[in-house]
Amino acid sequence: MNAYQLYLWLIPALPFAGFLINGFLGRRLPKALVSAVALGAPLAAFVVVLRAAMMAWPGTGSVPLPYVENFAGSWMMAGMLHVDFTFALDQLTVIMLLVITGVGFLIHIYSVGYMGHEDGYWRYFSYLNLFLFFMTVLVLAENFLLMFIGWEGVGLASYLLIGFYLDKTSAANAGRKAFVVNRIGDFGFLLGMFLILAQFGSLSFSQLGTSLANLPGLHGGILTAICLFLVLGATGKSAQIPLYIWLPDAMEGPTPVSALIHAATMVTAGVYMIARTHFLFDRSPMALAIVAIIGAATAFFAATIALVQTDIKRVLAYSTISQLGYMFLGCGVAAYSAAIFHLMTHAFFKALLFLAAGSVIHGLNGQQDMRKMGGLRKKLPITFWTMTAGVIAIAGIFPFAGFFSKDAILFEAFQHGTPGKVLWFVGLVTALLTSFYMARLWYLTFFGESRAETHPDTHHVESGQHAHGVHESPWVMLTPLVILGILSVVGGWIGMERFGTFLAPVLGSVTIPAQEPGGAGLDIGLSVVAVATAVLGWYLAYYFYNRKPDKPMAVQAAMPGVYTLLESKYGVDEIYGLAIVQPLILFSRYVLGGLGEVAIVRGSAWILGGAATLLGELVRRWQSGNLRSYAGWLAAAAAAILIFAWVVAGQTALGASGVDFHLNWTGR
Amino acid sequence: MHLILFLIFAGFCLAGAINLLLQTHPINSALSLIVVMSSLAVLYLLLGAEFLAAAQIIVYAGAIMVLFTFVVMLLNVGTEEKTHGSKVAKAIGFPAVVVVLGVIATTLLQAQKQLGRVSLGDSVTTTQDLSRVLFHELLLPFELTSVLILVAILGAVALAQKEGA
Amino acid sequence: MIPSSWYLILSAVLFSLGVIGFLIKRTLITVFMSIELMLNAVNLSFVTFAHEWHAVKGQIFVFFVMVVAAAEAAVGLAIIIAVYRSRSTLNVDQIDLMKL
Repeated sequence: MNAYQLYLWLIPALPFAGFLINGFLGRRLPKALVSAVALGAPLAAFVVVLRAAMMAWPGTGSVPLPYVENFAGSWMMAGMLHVDFTFALDQLTVIMLLVITGVGFLIHIYSVGYMGHEDGYWRYFSYLNLFLFFMTVLVLAENFLLMFIGWEGVGLASYLLIGFYLDKTSAANAGRKAFVVNRIGDFGFLLGMFLILAQFGSLSFSQLGTSLANLPGLHGGILTAICLFLVLGATGKSAQIPLYIWLPDAMEGPTPVSALIHAATMVTAGVYMIARTHFLFDRSPMALAIVAIIGAATAFFAATIALVQTDIKRVLAYSTISQLGYMFLGCGVAAYSAAIFHLMTHAFFKALLFLAAGSVIHGLNGQQDMRKMGGLRKKLPITFWTMTAGVIAIAGIFPFAGFFSKDAILFEAFQHGTPGKVLWFVGLVTALLTSFYMARLWYLTFFGESRAETHPDTHHVESGQHAHGVHESPWVMLTPLVILGILSVVGGWIGMERFGTFLAPVLGSVTIPAQEPGGAGLDIGLSVVAVATAVLGWYLAYYFYNRKPDKPMAVQAAMPGVYTLLESKYGVDEIYGLAIVQPLILFSRYVLGGLGEVAIVRGSAWILGGAATLLGELVRRWQSGNLRSYAGWLAAAAAAILIFAWVVAGQTALGASGVDFHLNWTGR
Repeated sequence: MHLILFLIFAGFCLAGAINLLLQTHPINSALSLIVVMSSLAVLYLLLGAEFLAAAQIIVYAGAIMVLFTFVVMLLNVGTEEKTHGSKVAKAIGFPAVVVVLGVIATTLLQAQKQLGRVSLGDSVTTTQDLSRVLFHELLLPFELTSVLILVAILGAVALAQKEGA
Repeated sequence: MIPSSWYLILSAVLFSLGVIGFLIKRTLITVFMSIELMLNAVNLSFVTFAHEWHAVKGQIFVFFVMVVAAAEAAVGLAIIIAVYRSRSTLNVDQIDLMKL
């Protein structure tokens, strides 16, 4: 075993060190030092990842994959449960780590500029490093339990970062909502783990893989149950129906946080988990079908809501949910490589979009409402061009990154018979909507006359109060935008074929054997349809928001019902509130609080106290100070002892040999 | 002969003891106790303990009871007042005493055959025998008792002093 | 020629009378006298057994009991005098506080 040759343990350890240093000392350190530590950690981690990737690259590298490194020995050995601290590196992990540390590093650089004026600068970066630590643990983990640590940890980091602005109650509520909803998903994850342990006796991925390989006939049944529980966890983490509600509210956090956690990395953990455990899902067609349906439904659902959002970050949030739906769809049709491909490209362009939006917000001194933007094309040129790259990428227009990955997923979906074609159609319509609302965002923000107020409503204190007027962002913020813009353009050029082949040792064969006739021709045909749909969506946005800017108002007036439905996000939050939250609150307040707390807890305390007092009162009377009563009790005790001695000792002595008082002691 | 002596002096003992209980003035109780002590001395003599009989008269009847009498007269204790301080003493104490007496008596009666007999011709334990054992084997306890008496004297003097005197 | 058990029964009866006296007497001195009665009863029992088994040590024990009883009587009566001085009463039922 090439122990420590790749130093995998450094990858989480370096951000963790950054978290500790900035967390404990950051308050007193000068800002430059805090930034240095905070940037140094992910950069160092990225360097380690690069080195490991190069050393282990299939074909050219010297280290064979999968590479397993046990960095601290055995963790738990309790009966059936045997878990080690084991990291494993394989092709899938390499991709994920490169994305996490690479995009993470860029976002750290951006944050130096964006958060420069904040108090709690040190706190922000310590949390951000903490997040990197947990995320890398999640993807490096070789068993479910270690992955769950990362899973929970990123949820914690997300909570801390969403609620970063301590003076905003909305932020605190959003953080709490995110954590609680994640917890529900984690519950499913835990149940899945328990079932896996019960069924297979191990939580290690490699052992599960071999166990399943030795049981070729095992399908459905318990495996479906396991997979469905795991999917519940994934829907919580990756914001799918029914647990997506936390992601739009999570936009209360700083924009770089939204970029890193709620676009590029944390929310992809669910997709990663499904891909990592694909050997379980492959055996349960029903679970896969449910995943696909959830994915497609969420993609469409979120896209419809995004059509009418006015906050630039909300649009991007729903867009994230929608794109995650695509990834779920890819997993659901067993095209795991395609889903991971889309994960990677999405990380690039979604992070770019968020950071660019942050740049716009920063430039407008905290304005997030798109209705008050406009005409920023000339004033924020670099932001404009990089965001354009991102918008084209997400719309899925050739040759930008999004096209290749989205197309791969849709093509795979099409292969799956009639249900697959339905899913393909839903994905296509969603692509239309995606293109529409992203272009809408683009037009509203950068084109037309400026609708900005002279004294903007800056109750969003995100980007600090410069009050300089509209200005382009500093280079520390623009450089990551440019890099991500380039990646959004070229990121897909690796092509699905090569990407899939690269991941094949981990995720199985690239494509299901094509069931539809037509081969390459079908592929190109479907791609053309997809691009055409995207262009159509763009044109519609152009028509509504650039050519005839008053048209949207007319449409809204004509369809008020639909509009309200979409604007209120289908009232899902309210429904959850009434159906789940309120009963829980009432239950807690009246049953647990009233019955449990008062009756049981206080009641038992009262009883115990009362009993002690009562006993004391009774016993107290015994010590009266009266000599004669003492004497009486003495006599009684003496009598008792005598009786006892007579009965007990008498039995032995009197019983067998009759009375025998003969002592052997004379002592003369 | 032995039987008659025993009956007479055992009767004196019991009479004195019961009189101690029945009298209300402490001085009468003290005098009854003297009767008991003296009768017990005779009983010791019947059991062959000549030294102890003498010691009983000299120490108990002659010193301790005199001390009691002095204190009764010193403190001018009058007739007993009739206070009822404790029901427990009567309610629990009496049955307890009855039980104790019953148990002991039953045991003794059951063991009557194993125990021997006492008669007038039995050997008497001479003072010489007694002192031989006392001063040979039990010398240390003997010396310690002298210390004990010294301490008792000092304690008694200290306790009975008038305050400030 | 009488059985030893008669002496022992007499001793038991005297002891019980002593206990009864301890329980029902209301003057402190009388209570003390009951205690002396109990001690004497036990002495009788010791002497009887010493005669029974020809054990001199039984009589020596009685000797020591007498010594201790004497010392105890001296000290106890001194205490009674002290109590009388501070309480002006020797009624047992009225001396029920620990402090002097």
